[in-house]
Order: sequence, then C-alpha cells, then structure tokens
Amino acid sequence: MTETLANLALGFSVALSPQVLIYCVIGCFIGTLVGMLPGLGPLAGISLLLPVSFGLSPTVALVMLAGIYYGAMYGGSTTSILMRLPGEAASVMTCIDGHAMARQGRAGAALAIAAIGSFVAGTLSLVGLMLLAPPLASLALKFGPPEQCALLVLGLVVLAAMGGGSVLKSLAMTVLGLWLGTIGIDQMSGFFRFQFGLVELGDGIGLVPVAVGLFGIAEILASAGKPQLERPRTPAFRELWPSRREFADSAGAIGRGTVLGFLIGIIPGSAHIVASFASYGIEKRVSKTPERFGQGAIAGVAGPESANNAAACGALVPMLALGVPSGAIPAVMIAALVVHGVAPGPTLIQDQPALFWGFVAAMYVGNLVLLAMNLPLVGVFVQLLRIPYAYLYPAILAFCVLGVYAASQSAVDLWIMAGAGAVGYGLRKAGFETAPVVLGLVLSPMLENAWRQSLAMSDGSYAVFVQRPIAAGFMLAAAVMLAWGMRRR
Amino acid sequence: MRRGWPRPCGRSARSRAAEPPNVAALGVSADRAAGLVLAALAAGIAAIALAELPMGSWARPGAGAAPLGLGLILGGFGLALAWQGGGAWEATDRAEAGRALAILAAAGFAALAFEALGYRLTMAAMLAFLLLAVERKPVLPALAWSALLSLGSFHAFSVWLRVPLPRGPFGF
Repeated sequence: MTETLANLALGFSVALSPQVLIYCVIGCFIGTLVGMLPGLGPLAGISLLLPVSFGLSPTVALVMLAGIYYGAMYGGSTTSILMRLPGEAASVMTCIDGHAMARQGRAGAALAIAAIGSFVAGTLSLVGLMLLAPPLASLALKFGPPEQCALLVLGLVVLAAMGGGSVLKSLAMTVLGLWLGTIGIDQMSGFFRFQFGLVELGDGIGLVPVAVGLFGIAEILASAGKPQLERPRTPAFRELWPSRREFADSAGAIGRGTVLGFLIGIIPGSAHIVASFASYGIEKRVSKTPERFGQGAIAGVAGPESANNAAACGALVPMLALGVPSGAIPAVMIAALVVHGVAPGPTLIQDQPALFWGFVAAMYVGNLVLLAMNLPLVGVFVQLLRIPYAYLYPAILAFCVLGVYAASQSAVDLWIMAGAGAVGYGLRKAGFETAPVVLGLVLSPMLENAWRQSLAMSDGSYAVFVQRPIAAGFMLAAAVMLAWGMRRR
Repeated sequence: MRRGWPRPCGRSARSRAAEPPNVAALGVSADRAAGLVLAALAAGIAAIALAELPMGSWARPGAGAAPLGLGLILGGFGLALAWQGGGAWEATDRAEAGRALAILAAAGFAALAFEALGYRLTMAAMLAFLLLAVERKPVLPALAWSALLSLGSFHAFSVWLRVPLPRGPFGF
C-alpha cells in the first residue's frame, strides 16, 4: 500500500506538470465535442488526433488520447438528454429517461447527475485500475509465447462472443482483421506479403486509415442527409442542481453502475456499450417503481452514465497490464504507444513507472476537469449542435483526410481510408460489426509471432497450447466463451 | 429540402408509409451476399499465399503459413454465412446511396489530388463540391465555409502543431 501511494505521488508529480495538464484539458475538451457529434465517435476522434500526439512525449500523448476517450463518454450524454440523439453508442440508454426528464423541464438535473455519476464512476474505477493492473502485469511476466498466443486467442474470442451481433459474423471480421495485419514485410523472414505493387505497404496496413475509414467515413456515409432534429434548449446554470430526492434516487444506481461497468470493462468487447445497456436493465429490475423507467427516472440516467465511464476505465486494465487491448479504442492507444517507442505489455509498469502512474494520476485530474468543464460549459457545447449537419459533415470528412495523411504522409493511406469507409458502410448495411476488424489488425503481428515462436519451441507440436497449464486455461476459457456465445444466439 | 442532424431512433407510421424504395434489397440476403464475398476474398488470399509465399515447415512456419491458415478459416466462415443465409439489409434509399457515392468520390478526389494540388486547394475544392453540388447550399456561405475550414485547419495543423502538410502550385 505504501508503495502504491509513493507511486501515485510520482504520478501526480508528472500529471500536475503544466504540459500534461494542458494536454489533459485539450483532450477532455476535444473528447466532449467528439462525444456530442454524431459521425465522430471516440475511436474516430482518437484516430484523428493520433498524428498530433506524435510530437508529444509518450505520457502526454497517452493522457491526451485518454482524455478524448473519457471526454467522449461525458459528451455523449449531453445530446442524448437534450436532443434524444446519442452522440456516442454508449449513450443510447441515456436517451430514454434523460430526454424524458428534459421534456419535463429537468434537463439540468439529468445533465448534472450524468456528469456527477461519470465523475464518481471514473474516479472509483481508477482505484480499481491502480490496484489491479500492477499485480496482473507481474503475473503476465511469467508468460511465454504459448501463453501469450492463448491469451490473444481468448481476447479475440471473447470480443466476438460478447459483441452485440452474430458470433459467426464477428469471428469472420476478426479473421479479416488478422489477415489485413499480415500484409507487409514479415518480421521474421523479411518476405513482402501481399505487395500489390505498392512499396508503401511494406510497413503494413496502417491502423489509422482503417479505423478512420471504418468508423469515421462509414458513419458520415450513413448519417449525411438525414432529417433535421429539434434544436436543443440550453438549461440555465441555476437549473443544473438536482433535488435531494433526485440525489437519493441516483446514489445506488451510480454505485451499481460503477462496479458493473468496471467489471464489464475488463472483459474484451464493446465494454462501455454493453455496460450501459446492462446497467439500465439492472436499475429497472431493482427499482421499486420500474414503471417510471422511460418516463424520466433519474436512475435510468445515473446507472448507464456511471457504467459507461467505469467500463472505459476498466478497459484500460488489460491494455496497460498485459498490452492486450480489450477493444478498438485501447487498440488505437496501444498503437500510439508503439509509435512513441514504448513497448506495451507486462513490463510497461515496471519499465515506465512515470508513464503508468502519471497516466493514472492524470486520469484523476481529467475526471475533475470534465466535471468542471461539462456543467458550466454545457451552453457553449450546445451551440455547436446548432450548426446544420450538412455543413458539419464535410468538415468532419476534411479532418479525416487531414488526420490520416498527417499520420503517415502517404496518399496511399487516403485510398485505404476511402476503401475502408466504403467497406465499413457496406458491412454496416449487411449487419456486421467492424470493431473486430480493427482489433484483429492490431493483434495480428503479436499473435503471429507468438504462434510461430510457440511452434518453434515445441518443434511443431500444437500440444504446447494444452500442455502448459496457463495456456491450457486460456484455451479452455476461449472454448467455453465460444460455446456460450454460439448458444446465446 | 433542409438537411441537418441525423434522426436517432424510431420512425413514424407516416414516414414508413412514404418510405422510398430500398436500393440495398438486391434479391439476396445480407448474410449470403457477405458470406460469398468473404469466401471469394479468402480464396484469393489462399491462392496468393500458396503461389507466392514460402510455407516453411510445421516447426518453422514460413511467411505464407499464417495468411494461408487465415484464408482457409475466413473461407470457412464465409461459406458458413452463405449457407446459413438470412440477415436483412439495413434500409437504404436512393438519396442516401447517391449521397454516399458522392462523398466517397470526394474522398477519392482528395486522395488523388492531395499531393499534387496541396492541402488547401484540395480541401477547399472537396468542401465546395460537397456543399454546393451535394447539399445544394447557397454559394456564398458554402464558399466562405470551404475557405475558412481549409485555410484555418492548415494554419492550425501546419503552423501551430507543426504537422507537415503538402503545398501545391506556387507553394500554396
């Protein structure tokens, strides 16, 4: 415990440095905007800002990207409550009771409870992250290639099984992503795979153009031209304080949402989305007045908003402790670390204590910044929603082009982005989730290396994955998850 | 017609009645079509891996082993999806499809012209095309928005954030 506190003190010395603070605030501000605007989810937002982070130190870059991730969770609630428009998928449940409250003139209270719940959940989940990540990383240091390979397989299978749609479709998308990850020069033999006459593919298919295309461009293609919504009314500052009754009704929901969200966040999948849906269901079930849900029950706002923020924090546990992203957003953050020359994995906490603890401390600060920023500035953010979408989406497209080009200085990546956008749009129309493609793309090199090293160790025997207890445990868990996922549908 | 924010949830009975034809309804189910496309892609992957890449041995898999394995697995999933069938296409009207094509064309133009014309000219042309030709916005606001965005974002990223962006003819 003393060691943890000493480490946290080190973290705060990093987090409270002017540069980290400034980028934390910038990340939170951009994240709030990104969360509010349909067409720009946190993944596209982080991908777009990735090139900007290249000129920063790894700690500052990670803090800014995490600020965007967190800020998007906060920002998504504003449009959900005021306009019944979820700026971000995790805010869908907040639409139901949040907007009902707004229609009853309680928009201010709903916004305040969403912000307070997010703050409490984010802060408590950070304690969980702080206590859980270091021991998990120590355990993972004992892993050899077979254990790493089995762990990655488990992560991919869990993502497919826990996702919202068909397991078969998710697995197909994962394998597609894994194949995309094999394009380029093979790290072990130096062979150029799937060159297609383009030397630019030597370093492989970039994560940024694929992520921006699949999420940013595809969302623009699907959203542009949809009808105009009502214009939001900005609540006055004095309306932002919930009543004593509303506080009392929210307290339990915030607590339950926090625990549930953090636990779901650790599990791979669209954690924050699943968490908010699960929290809403639980709140309705435990409520003494379930009939009020859908009519403006404040617990229906407090629970999901707390859960999605806690899940966002929980998702950082496997990313920081094991180097294994639990979803597409942590995957992009891992890519950012790699670009900065930081090797993600179990040694990260040991080798880069200032980065890990500085990041944790900056997240505490970021939570405070978001609470302070979101409530008083809600009017400012709402002004942005007055810009007609017909003017806004061309701007978002321009930023997509800018972000992708800036990341690689290659026009080939712009073609990949446009292609990924078209494919993402088509997949969306056919009912496929595209997050597994991104995760497969990120994990592909790690998985292939671990697989080839394992086979080299065992002289070609696949028994190595079941003879070693930890690897066998992961494989068994993967098989169980797969069976459960198939049976669930 | 006024363009604006996307509608989040639910459609009225009236809007359903006036629903335009669904161009995504191609006479084949979504899962079957997607499964066949994935199977064809997988066949291509496997063929290239077998023809061009070294397979190595069981103990030392070569550069082609993983792509071949992934191609076979993807092909299996694709065929399973095609066999299973089902899965409805998400509704797409002609207006949405046309707009999507125009936006993709704009993105393609950006990829083509970015390095030759430079950031500012390419972005200004792309934005003006989308606002004037696709969204039919009034000329002056559309041109002003295009110029403001292209010049403003160039200044923010290239000058303040030092992100290198291409310049076109005459260093513009």
